[in-house]
Amino acid sequence: MTRKPFILQNPSTLIVLAVLAVLTLTVTLFSHAYGSGAIPTSMIKVLGKTLCLALAAVAMDLVWGYLGILSLGQMAFFALGGYMFGQWLMYARTEGIVAVALAQNPIPATPHELQDAVTNQIFGVVGSAELPLVWSFAHSLTLQLILILLVPGLLALVFGWLAFRSRVNGVYLSILTQAMTLALALWLFQNDSGFRGNNGLSGLQNLPGLDHVDQATLSVWFLWASAGALGLFYVLAAWLVSGKFGSVIRAIRDDETRVRFLGYPVEGFKLVVFTLAAMITAVAGALYYPQAGIINPAEMMPIASIYLAVWVAIGGRGRLYGAVIGAVMVSLLSSWFTGGRAPSIHLPGYVVNWVDWWQVALGLTFVMVTLFAPKGIAGIFDRMGPPRQRKAHSRQEQEANA
Amino acid sequence: MSALLEVSGISKSFDGFKAINDLSFSINEAELRAVIGPNGAGKTTFMDIVTGKTRPDEGEVLWGETSKSLLRMNEAQIAREGIGRKFQRPTVFEDQSVAENLTMALKALRSPFAVLGWRSSGRSAARVAALADEVGLSAHVARKAGELSHGQKQWLEIGMLLAQEPRLLLVDEPAAGMTLAEREQTTTLLRRLAETRAVVVVEHDMDFVRRLDCRVTVLHQGSVLAEGSLDHVTRNPDVIDVYLGR
Amino acid sequence: MTRFRLLAACALALFLPTATLANPALEAVVADHLDQIEQPSRRTVAPLVADIAATGPEGLTMLQAWAGRNLGLTPDGRLLIMKGADATDAVTGQPVPDADPKMLRPNSGVRGVIESALVAGLLNDPDVSRRSAALDTLARSGTAEQLEALRGALADPDPVLAARKARLERLLTIQHDSDSDARVAAIQDMAGDISLDVRAALNPLLATRRVVSTDDPQGNVARELEAGSDALPREAALALLVQEGVLQPRLTSADQRAALAANIQNGAVGGVPLQDLSDPVARDRAYEALETAGAVPPAATEAEVQTALDSHRFFELYAEADPAVTDAAQAAQLRAQVKLGAMRGLDLGLDALSLASIYFLAAIGLAITFGVMRVINMAHGEFIMLGAYTGYTVQTLIADRTLSLVVALPLAFAVTFGAGVVLYRLVIRHLAHRPLETLLATFGVSIALQQLAKNIFGTQARPLTAPAWLEGSITFNDVVSISSIRVAIFVLALLFLGLFLFIMKRTRLGLEVRAVTQNPGMAASMGINPDRIAMMTFGLGSGIAGIAGVAIGLFAQVTSELGQGYIVQSFMTVVVGGVGNIWGTLAGATLIGGLSKVIESLNPANTLAAQTFMILFIIIFIQFRPRGIIPQRGRAAEA
Repeated sequence: MTRKPFILQNPSTLIVLAVLAVLTLTVTLFSHAYGSGAIPTSMIKVLGKTLCLALAAVAMDLVWGYLGILSLGQMAFFALGGYMFGQWLMYARTEGIVAVALAQNPIPATPHELQDAVTNQIFGVVGSAELPLVWSFAHSLTLQLILILLVPGLLALVFGWLAFRSRVNGVYLSILTQAMTLALALWLFQNDSGFRGNNGLSGLQNLPGLDHVDQATLSVWFLWASAGALGLFYVLAAWLVSGKFGSVIRAIRDDETRVRFLGYPVEGFKLVVFTLAAMITAVAGALYYPQAGIINPAEMMPIASIYLAVWVAIGGRGRLYGAVIGAVMVSLLSSWFTGGRAPSIHLPGYVVNWVDWWQVALGLTFVMVTLFAPKGIAGIFDRMGPPRQRKAHSRQEQEANA
Repeated sequence: MSALLEVSGISKSFDGFKAINDLSFSINEAELRAVIGPNGAGKTTFMDIVTGKTRPDEGEVLWGETSKSLLRMNEAQIAREGIGRKFQRPTVFEDQSVAENLTMALKALRSPFAVLGWRSSGRSAARVAALADEVGLSAHVARKAGELSHGQKQWLEIGMLLAQEPRLLLVDEPAAGMTLAEREQTTTLLRRLAETRAVVVVEHDMDFVRRLDCRVTVLHQGSVLAEGSLDHVTRNPDVIDVYLGR
Repeated sequence: MTRFRLLAACALALFLPTATLANPALEAVVADHLDQIEQPSRRTVAPLVADIAATGPEGLTMLQAWAGRNLGLTPDGRLLIMKGADATDAVTGQPVPDADPKMLRPNSGVRGVIESALVAGLLNDPDVSRRSAALDTLARSGTAEQLEALRGALADPDPVLAARKARLERLLTIQHDSDSDARVAAIQDMAGDISLDVRAALNPLLATRRVVSTDDPQGNVARELEAGSDALPREAALALLVQEGVLQPRLTSADQRAALAANIQNGAVGGVPLQDLSDPVARDRAYEALETAGAVPPAATEAEVQTALDSHRFFELYAEADPAVTDAAQAAQLRAQVKLGAMRGLDLGLDALSLASIYFLAAIGLAITFGVMRVINMAHGEFIMLGAYTGYTVQTLIADRTLSLVVALPLAFAVTFGAGVVLYRLVIRHLAHRPLETLLATFGVSIALQQLAKNIFGTQARPLTAPAWLEGSITFNDVVSISSIRVAIFVLALLFLGLFLFIMKRTRLGLEVRAVTQNPGMAASMGINPDRIAMMTFGLGSGIAGIAGVAIGLFAQVTSELGQGYIVQSFMTVVVGGVGNIWGTLAGATLIGGLSKVIESLNPANTLAAQTFMILFIIIFIQFRPRGIIPQRGRAAEA
């Protein structure tokens, strides 16, 4: 018996990859840096950021749509990833600037003086004169890159272990993840947390050591990186949910007690998926914030994570492409409507200004989707192509029986 | 021959209500046993304790040749030790196909990373097909379990239990909601299964128990009232008094 | 003796209004010391002032004028009290027309002496308010002389003032008595008193200063300090040594660099090449070379610093020289601190109680709905907000605060009850048994409501003012006090606890709700309509949220984000307390309220960290009591 590579069993994965490739290529060809310049750099940044959000939504879908844990804390991992990468970006860039400034002095600076100057530059705003312990690795790109995965991964591991071990699930678990996020955000809001309090990290749009590269070019590079990460992790996620592993986690979602009686260590599965999703989300965040330029603790307030859930729900949970569609559509629409560019509706006696009413509309849409279209937008695709899907399905089983 | 499962002196109370009271029970390998008793006799709690769902307040549950204590294990570990459980109501994963349900139940390593690395092979596919055949679902392997009839779900669940290859099978009221023909089939299956492993059937229905033709344990108010052949226990005046007489 | 003085004072008081009689005693004193009055010296003026004060009310009047720079001296040696353009003879009390005396301008030291003498005199003033004012002055700044005066005037017809005088005498004895035993006795008398004035009297006795010495120092040693310890960091020890002139100041690295930069010759400093100077050791070497050459001032080297540190000892000395007094003060302070700690604990308890009642009010509705329907209403926070805005709207319509509050409470209940019922009918009912979907759908409602409130009421905070009788606070002593609003909220919480218990235990609705909570299927088969019960409980829960909103609005600003601030705490309260039981909610609210306050009191500056620790504690707590403090019992809970 020959087994087809899983990617051929999942045509939706191929379609997503193809769309992603076409998008990246098109944007590159119309960018300022590599093409005609028809697409403004700011637009490219928006697209790049949207891809990162889509990646976070894919991770959310793994945790919620497949595993059944409505985690209201995903954006904590997202922001943590951003913070970890941002630490290096900010430190290395400040170091460069400070080194130039210190070179004005005839006496070459000692390493200690250099560090003091960097510390002063970064932490002057929060009135701290010493480099916080959490910045010990900020000088090293390699170490911070490892931390992007390690810190959110560890947080998810520890939190997940505590929560799953005591069999907290359902609504309780959601509330607990929300509490974790809130705790983290409040912690970071303090000035002496070591992350510059509510100032957050800024100036992240510049890559240290690449001062000669302009933003137009950088934005395209980041778009490539974001598209690459989305493609890579989408394939990983699709592979994960396709086989027996996917079967088990969906079973956990539907009836975790029964899965236990089949002998599967449910907590272990939850932990693996939760931690992996946290790390994927962290990567998305690490790519997002350099494009946004600034990160602060407000980014990880619980509301942000709930919005992520909203996107996945509107897109259609339990389907990876649904998550991507939801995130891309809703986040782009949100920024269009709240950006003040959407035309107002003139009713007799009242002007509906979208900046004021978009939230209301989104909230109500969301209620409608939950009530009437629990499968979200992806549900429409399902209805469009059931025969093909069923055929693919039965083919798989026939192989299994052969 | 040492007992496969040895339950000694367990008690469990819920809010002062003693669901299980100093219950002792043992079963050997390749033995079929029926457990009967009126409502509230503690049948389900007994199964819950053996499978790790509920922890007893006192007592000991020992398993296998090495007399391992099951009390320190969780449900999944106990299941991996070879104790399978069939619930009263059929519980299958309705969102997944019959083949997927069976594949999940196949005896294999259960850790997350082992499952990640697991790939279907010719042997596993053949086993799934054989199991589906055995429980009469060959024609439905590709269908979602949710689309099956109630009886078919029962059979699928039994198929999943077989796939687990347990050494001890706990079956909770298998005959509930089955047609006469299906009961017949179930009896045959249970008796055949008991040739190679221990099977405990918890049942209400006296006719069904009679057809199983095996040792019977009568529970009453959380402890064993009588044990022996069905004829033996039905002659026991205590049993007649509390159960059969009413 | 005192009695005689009293009589004398009364007699004098009779004459005071006229004050036309000459005062021969005063006249004599003035005549004898005219030049000293003209040119007073702070050190010698005290006996004279005392003499003048002793002459009676005229003397006091004169002293008042003197201290107030209203006393003038005529060329013929008469003292005039000036009041604007009018002048009176200080001795005779006769008006003096067309006077143009030389005004006396005593310096502040002299005026201090005069004023303290005046205060002492005023202690026997027949006017109660002036005696009281004199005591106030004494309490602010008493001196040794005034202590004597006070002791002479302890008797007072007014019992309150007599008590104050006695107390003040003790306090001044602590500070100014020359007899060590008397001071110790006074300290022991006041020990354990936690009033601010006692603490203020004790604190200066225990004030210390640091000294450096090579051997045992002179004075009342509080303790010896170790250089480099927490009590005396190395830098502080060095600063002391430098201050004593024992040590040259150390160079800061910035100074050193500037000095080096000023002495660059041929790409090197003191023979050390420039490029090597990124190493601190090389810098020291270069600086020493410059120091030897005399190009830079010498600075202490590390070795010198160490020698100086080794050869000196550091002490803390009490400013107060008498060890017996400082020992007694220390003991008294300890007792006061223990008592103060207990009082602070009590105050904290009151704070915690009021916070707990707020959480209780905010969470109770959530707990009801979660207990009965297993759904979390994410819009609960917005219902709280809705209640607060209802209160605000009512207040804009009804001017009388009390009346508007009386109207607002039931109205807020009605409005949010209605909102809850609508939400239930339109959304929640259709999502039965899908708790996560319900959570998300109600979240959608929450963001819509929040934005709607912003669109209607604007983004700025709206005030919801409490009636006057709720403003202010109930004060028990210097430490323990609680604001009236919080007491009112506590009472409100108690009221709702009672009401809730009544509904649950004594009404048909309560019976049905309990039935549905415990076994919905059985309840339905008994003819209870679970749908109606669910709707009613949802409405009830929402209605209480509205009441909580009014209560919260009274002390917090009403904004569209009002509910968000309480929602997570409310969830925590429900989760920690355990669902399906009002006592659980109460226990949860008490735990969370108490804990917040305790953590906050450990680090009052950092409320954000306090909240973080709080939430972490709850996450840990769930590990040990996954079903809350008071879990739902029975086999149903195990399933």
